Amino acid sequence: MSTAVARRSSLPGFGLTMGLTLTWLSVIILIPLAGLFLKTLELSPGQFWEILTSRRTLNALKLSFGLSFAAACVNLVMGTIIVWALVRYRFPGRRLFDAIVDIPFALPTAVAGVALTQLFAQKGWLGAPLAELGIKVAFTPIGIFIAMVFIGIPFVVRTVQPVLIDLDPEIEEAAASLGANRWHTVFRVILPSLIPALLTGFALAFARAVGEYGSVIFIAGNLPNVSEIAPLLIVIRLSEFRYADATAIAVIMLLASFLIILVVNRLQRWAQARIPVH
Amino acid sequence: MSTETSFVTRAASLRAYASTADLAISPPALHEVSDRASRIAASRNLLNEPRPIRFIIVALAISFLTIFVVLPLVVVFASAFSKGISAYLAALTEPEALSAIRLTLLVAAISVTLNLVFGVIAAWAIAKFEFRGKTLLITLIDLPFSVSPVISGLVFVLLFGAQGYWGTWLQAHDIHILFAVPGIALATIFVTFPFVARSLIPLMQEQGTQEEEAAISLGASGLQTFFRVTLPNIKWGLLYGVLLCNARAMGEFGAVSVVSGHIRGETNTMPLLVEILYNEYQFVASFAIASLLAMLALITLVVKTVLEQRLDEGQPPKDDPSDH
Repeated sequence: MSTAVARRSSLPGFGLTMGLTLTWLSVIILIPLAGLFLKTLELSPGQFWEILTSRRTLNALKLSFGLSFAAACVNLVMGTIIVWALVRYRFPGRRLFDAIVDIPFALPTAVAGVALTQLFAQKGWLGAPLAELGIKVAFTPIGIFIAMVFIGIPFVVRTVQPVLIDLDPEIEEAAASLGANRWHTVFRVILPSLIPALLTGFALAFARAVGEYGSVIFIAGNLPNVSEIAPLLIVIRLSEFRYADATAIAVIMLLASFLIILVVNRLQRWAQARIPVH
Repeated sequence: MSTETSFVTRAASLRAYASTADLAISPPALHEVSDRASRIAASRNLLNEPRPIRFIIVALAISFLTIFVVLPLVVVFASAFSKGISAYLAALTEPEALSAIRLTLLVAAISVTLNLVFGVIAAWAIAKFEFRGKTLLITLIDLPFSVSPVISGLVFVLLFGAQGYWGTWLQAHDIHILFAVPGIALATIFVTFPFVARSLIPLMQEQGTQEEEAAISLGASGLQTFFRVTLPNIKWGLLYGVLLCNARAMGEFGAVSVVSGHIRGETNTMPLLVEILYNEYQFVASFAIASLLAMLALITLVVKTVLEQRLDEGQPPKDDPSDH
């Protein structure tokens, strides 16, 4: 505690920079978000409930959360496989594929949206062969799912990758020398130590997919009750000037993201408690 | 007897080999080496997956990334150039396209500059001082990362829209925020808020305060200390934050879409124009604009990789007790 006091007194600018930070944070983030919650308070609980349980809203929320969960599950499995290949094996183009993982982060969502739609449309490079098999992807919930898988993959890879790299090889050697076969070492020793990172990646991919708009709306088809995601319903209600409806849906989604932040913070604390920091 | 002689001859030949090859290794040492090698080979079998499994894992990783990530990127360029280079260039020089490019650059310039200044200020307060509620403050700065882009736009509609809190007042004073540049800039600043601060805070925390304290005790002012001591130390991290902030600012779609009003030639940024042209079935034009944004993304990734290497080089070794 004494060092903290010493630090505070010896470097200048704490008051000024903290004041400016809090002001800027309030103007850009806190006041606008508070406005959203205040707007919701203008609704009676009955009205709020009525909006949220209307058929169209419920279907949109179910679609968004359900498909995001499914996409995050795929990301979890495929992300683990990709991390394993990138970290443990040497193959031609490894560094290139490592860089490619970041593309969904970097590519603007609208660009991803039109590209995926073009790719999976009925005459698209992948859409045409799939259509022959009788699978329609674009303008159906499967399309939404594909877009969500696309944007979620870097979250799992980039949270698990550093943990697998830092994993102490001695643990594996110990397991092997104690007679564990490779299968046991991987599933009983390595994967359990990756669990906090895996769950964090899953939660981040899920959160991103739930709120995603740009890369989803082009491929979604946007049919009410069938392929209409919750963020799009917010936009539609806004364009109809039904601010109350838009706000109610937004508040529920915002509370869901706060919950996910909380879970991720807990997971991170759990991970730090398990693995001693250097 | 015979085995002993064979051992002796083998040892002799090994010794001869060692001397001709000018290796200063005696035969027993060679034995040890080969022994260790075989032990390592055996343990490697235990520490690695069988060949077919390795092959399947690599094949799965490569095909997944190719189908879901590489192909969409290729489609962008293939569609943009599907009618030839002249059609591509014509699409990019349309007045509507030029005005979208101008607006995107303007909005990015405004939001990156503001987030740069306030990101550095926030990082100074958070990284160089100890105070209560620091974790909460960092969580609040991170908030925009976990808010849906649509909601990031919606909050400004609720404040400045015709039915919003300040809508009537703004209308009475003829101030345009929504469906104009200020609204687009605000929404962009909101979504790009965390980038600069988040890339600086861990870096500045790791560097500690000793150098700055030394400068202050030698009589430097606070600003001198920042520009001459802190800034040179954080320049790569700062560039990293600005790079990511800029990429997101130029590419933001959802938040901007909600506040822009889609006034053609006036409030359409490049991502919004991609949407409009696509919905009008002007695929070449849509993908031409999209290809510019995709190139921006690719350049960002390349520069990011270079900066990450710089940042790794600048870091002290991990077991270095730097902050004690």
